[in-house]
Amino acid sequence: MKRLLGSRLVWPSAVLVLLVLTNLWFSHGFLSIEIRDGHLYGSLIDILRDATPLTLVALGMTVVIATAGIDLSVGSVMAISAAVACLWISKQDHQDTLAAVAVGVLLALVVSLMAGLWNGLLVSVLGIQPIIATLILMVAGRGVAQLITGGQIITLTSNTYNSIGTGYVLTLPICVLLTAVVVAAGAVLTRRTALGLLLESVGGNPKASRLAGIQSRRLIWGAYVFAGLVAGIAGLIDSSNVSSADGNNLGLLIELDAILAVVIGGTSLDGGRFSIAGTVLGSVIITTLDITIVTIGVPTDATQLFKAIVVLILCLVQSPAFRARIAPRRRRRNPPAATPDALPPVTGDVVEVSA
Amino acid sequence: MTETQLPVLTPPTSPSAKGGRARGPRLDRRHIPVLATGVLLVVMYLTGALNYPDFADTQVLLNVFIDNSFLLVVAVGMTFVIMSGGIDLSVGAVVALTTVITASLLRDGWPAGVVLPLVLLVGTLLGLGMGCMIHFFDVQPFIATLAGMFLARGLAHLINNDSISITDHFWTSVAQERLRLGDLFVSVNVVISLLVVLVAAVVLAYTRFGRNVYAVGGNKDAALLMGLPVAATRVAVYTVSGFCSALGGVLLSFYMLSGYSLHAQGMELDAIAAVVIGGTLLTGGSGYVLGTVLGVGVLGLIQTIITFQGTLSSWWTRIFIGGLLFAFILLQRVVARRAD
Amino acid sequence: MSRHEPVLTMSGIRKAFPGVVALDGVDFRLLPGEVHALMGENGAGKSTLIKVLTGVYDVDDGRIELEGRPVRFSGPGQAQQCGISTVYQEVNLCPNLSIAENIFIGRQPGTRPLVRWSAMRRRATELLERLHLGDLDVNAALGSCSIAIQQMVAIARALDVDARVLILDEPTSSLDAAEVAELFRVIRQLKTDGVAVLFVSHFLDQVYEIADRMTVLRNGKLIGEYPVAELPPVALVGKMLGREREALEELQELSVRPDGADGENREAVLAAEGLGRTGAIEPFDLTVHSGEVVGLAGLLGSGRTEIARLFFGADRPDRGRLRMDDQAVTLHGPRDAMARRIAFCPEDRRNDGLIEDLTVRENIILALQAARGWARPLPRRRQDELVQEYVDLLGIRLADPERPVRELSGGNQQKVLLARWLITRPRLLIVDEPTRGIDVGAKAEIQRLLTRLALEGMAVLFISAELEEVLRLSHRIAVLRDHRVVRQLENQEGLTVDSLTQVIADGGAA
Repeated sequence: MKRLLGSRLVWPSAVLVLLVLTNLWFSHGFLSIEIRDGHLYGSLIDILRDATPLTLVALGMTVVIATAGIDLSVGSVMAISAAVACLWISKQDHQDTLAAVAVGVLLALVVSLMAGLWNGLLVSVLGIQPIIATLILMVAGRGVAQLITGGQIITLTSNTYNSIGTGYVLTLPICVLLTAVVVAAGAVLTRRTALGLLLESVGGNPKASRLAGIQSRRLIWGAYVFAGLVAGIAGLIDSSNVSSADGNNLGLLIELDAILAVVIGGTSLDGGRFSIAGTVLGSVIITTLDITIVTIGVPTDATQLFKAIVVLILCLVQSPAFRARIAPRRRRRNPPAATPDALPPVTGDVVEVSA
Repeated sequence: MTETQLPVLTPPTSPSAKGGRARGPRLDRRHIPVLATGVLLVVMYLTGALNYPDFADTQVLLNVFIDNSFLLVVAVGMTFVIMSGGIDLSVGAVVALTTVITASLLRDGWPAGVVLPLVLLVGTLLGLGMGCMIHFFDVQPFIATLAGMFLARGLAHLINNDSISITDHFWTSVAQERLRLGDLFVSVNVVISLLVVLVAAVVLAYTRFGRNVYAVGGNKDAALLMGLPVAATRVAVYTVSGFCSALGGVLLSFYMLSGYSLHAQGMELDAIAAVVIGGTLLTGGSGYVLGTVLGVGVLGLIQTIITFQGTLSSWWTRIFIGGLLFAFILLQRVVARRAD
Repeated sequence: MSRHEPVLTMSGIRKAFPGVVALDGVDFRLLPGEVHALMGENGAGKSTLIKVLTGVYDVDDGRIELEGRPVRFSGPGQAQQCGISTVYQEVNLCPNLSIAENIFIGRQPGTRPLVRWSAMRRRATELLERLHLGDLDVNAALGSCSIAIQQMVAIARALDVDARVLILDEPTSSLDAAEVAELFRVIRQLKTDGVAVLFVSHFLDQVYEIADRMTVLRNGKLIGEYPVAELPPVALVGKMLGREREALEELQELSVRPDGADGENREAVLAAEGLGRTGAIEPFDLTVHSGEVVGLAGLLGSGRTEIARLFFGADRPDRGRLRMDDQAVTLHGPRDAMARRIAFCPEDRRNDGLIEDLTVRENIILALQAARGWARPLPRRRQDELVQEYVDLLGIRLADPERPVRELSGGNQQKVLLARWLITRPRLLIVDEPTRGIDVGAKAEIQRLLTRLALEGMAVLFISAELEEVLRLSHRIAVLRDHRVVRQLENQEGLTVDSLTQVIADGGAA
């Protein structure tokens, strides 16, 4: 399987290298990493840190897309998760205690799981199209998040909570470690068990999968639950970075970047084969792109335009119809008019060609 | 309005092998969702009127249309796309882009008579481009219009990041114009949007193109085998949506008298919600523009009721819309399953 | 136009898809005012020929002439404009539109681009009256009508086009006797009007009733063109199914037909009692014993696959019941059947069998893995062992089991599918056309394998259109026709391909 996607990772990797080199050109210290106060510092570390929420969300999105589905609600789930955690912690007397933070985090994760369960129910049991099913939570979810925060931005003064997004452990940023653990868990879960194979089968050919005895319903449900969970974690990281929960803006439009990351990484939107490594690569590319734009000196206003061009090029490259036009195979022309003599004139007799 | 759609009550054939006599008036299954929306709208209006004394003023209802005419135009375009079986995520971005271009050019002294057709053309071309990508290069509508969204927003950001006021004389006079009918009034926007609705309804019901949209949405492969111009139809619906988005942007620029790259954030979702609540199936092939009008009305009424309520916070709008979406999708599912 | 000059001529038509040659140098001609039947089994190339004719597919080679002029249609619309009208096997209409609209869409009455509904509705009613369906409500959505009505609407649409050639691809599969009579009346009228009708149907009696001449295809090749009066049903079936002499010689070495002596000692694995499913198969009784091969013989559409799916739990019966080991069971789905060690190797390997993007290895171990559940993955080494074992056993020719299964030839793909199920060591193995599209040598291998599996105690339900195979392998044979089990026979000395063909052709009437 690695061989199959190995070639697909070449182009994205090349793009990443190009971006890094571009950054290096403009800012010579780009690749430097140093240790200060027992922490790793450097632009590369910044990229990894910034990429963590997107990577987590894209991870969940990958699994969902593999089952030929999609999840538009991840941004809203992030906001809800952050809102729940921050609300709980803000009501505690001592916001800094591990207990307060731990319970808040736990509650947030439970709620995120429930969101995933809801999406999964709609798609796998009620049979609603994934785009629409997750659209419901996407729209309502923002409202729910704001309901929880009471329309305010809940600010916290909790160093413990902040450490999720900004803290360090063993010289590495906690969020990067956390994401790495989740990604590793995802990879192990899908590749060391049969889960990955069964998911790819369901997304590749649901009819044949059912006839092979695969329990598609459970698998699809599980995919959405997973997506909800990781979105919850991403929301915690994002909100702890700013020590607050903004129901309106947290995770806004991140689902689009996530889908982009998945597609860049080589997973097809039609479902089937998926690549976690590709998705991680994709999300790093998107994050690096954002930073590159700043480094080059292009106004941040052009970020979206850049992304649009990247998406367009990617779509065209991945489209077989486009490739066919670029390098058309020689079509066989009809042979010159030859008198059809295979069948004699109709006389009403039997005409036998072969016994 | 009944001429613009198929007769509401049509007796279907009995399901037995031979076509039987009509069994008296029975509800055509296709109309159930729209009727449900209509009922919902009436119920909501009555709820508002009964609970808040000032609600029953007709002007309140007209204000819903004044405040949402740009959404209505955009949603009409979205109706075409969704009925053909696709989706368009770029509409909000194109609206914003339109307002930014309009404001910038007007500020630089371009005449209104040039700016207006120009921005309409830009939106139309963007739609055309996306339609071509979707049909000829087989890119999924979701991704192609996502790219369009990034492109349009990106261009808007690039042109100008701040909010630009529009002070052009033509623009301001249109924006401030009020058409009076006794004590009531509507804005020019409302008239334009209703015109768009009318034209769209006629096109969908009485032209070959309109009927082809239904056919392509109902069964694209069959439409091809039946010899219908599937390619042209698919490209055309996105072009129409692009035009409607641009026109919606023009109406928004009248309404806000400003151009801002952050306008219309999330409008695509509102448009999709309006279309779905209006009874159009997201799978394509069925729906009516009238339904979209009712859908926009429902969204607008939610907002109005919440405003009148005073104590309910605005985020309840989102929750209600989400809940309504769920209810209508479930209804569509039930209706579809019974039809099998 | 003289009655002896073809209105349509197709010469040397060749059309290939990845992995299969659908049409290989086929000639075909159609005279005005005749009904010409196109005959052949599934995969013979009939549908492809029609789609080539109507412009849905491009030909790789060959030419088409309409009234003497060479034509190449860019699409179905153009074919219609030239007077070729088609009614497809699956109703290819839009269920969301009304009956009237389905008939007229694309050419509605009214000045372009406008549509005049009243005129459309009126003409639709008139058109349907010709088919004695005048009291249908033309405003009703097509999807709300029965399949039979939908088919008639499709026919009405085709009739209105003022066609010179009318193609009917399995038009009667959903119609009852009265509707068929109606349709034939219309066809005869068209004949006198000079319209050429191309008629495809697997209902032999209908073909013999309405057709003047017939063309037989087999495996993409033209077998011959015959006046209907000169080819009796038995001979027709023989030509459709074919006898491959070399194959017969190659298979000489196979043991003589199975010995039925031990019949009494075999235990019943799965028994159907009055099992039926509306629209798929009439209630039937059938028991499969361990160590026994039961063959299902019959033409396409006779109900064999439907029985297989019921036995595997892929479909639910609405009549009768299943018994396993003398206990009534309900199979809730394939997983359930697999838990009881029933395996099903489906006929349509591309759509119902293989996951094309997955590798050969993954496809082979898929069912086994699914049965184990996601949490207990088969160790990679074990997977490789198993894959190698079955690759050798079935003689699958492949370079690398890590390549996507899509890259294999049809025959090898079939073997991969078979391997998937054999690996689960089932008690009952259901195989639906396991040797279709496989070369002769591989056919022999698979037949030997199935025989050996039965000898080792497996119960096998074997479906095949090739009667030699069925005779060679089966202890008992159930003959199906038109969704009914018409006869069950012990495979004894006197039974030959001819006599079996006769049973099919008779439909159990004798």
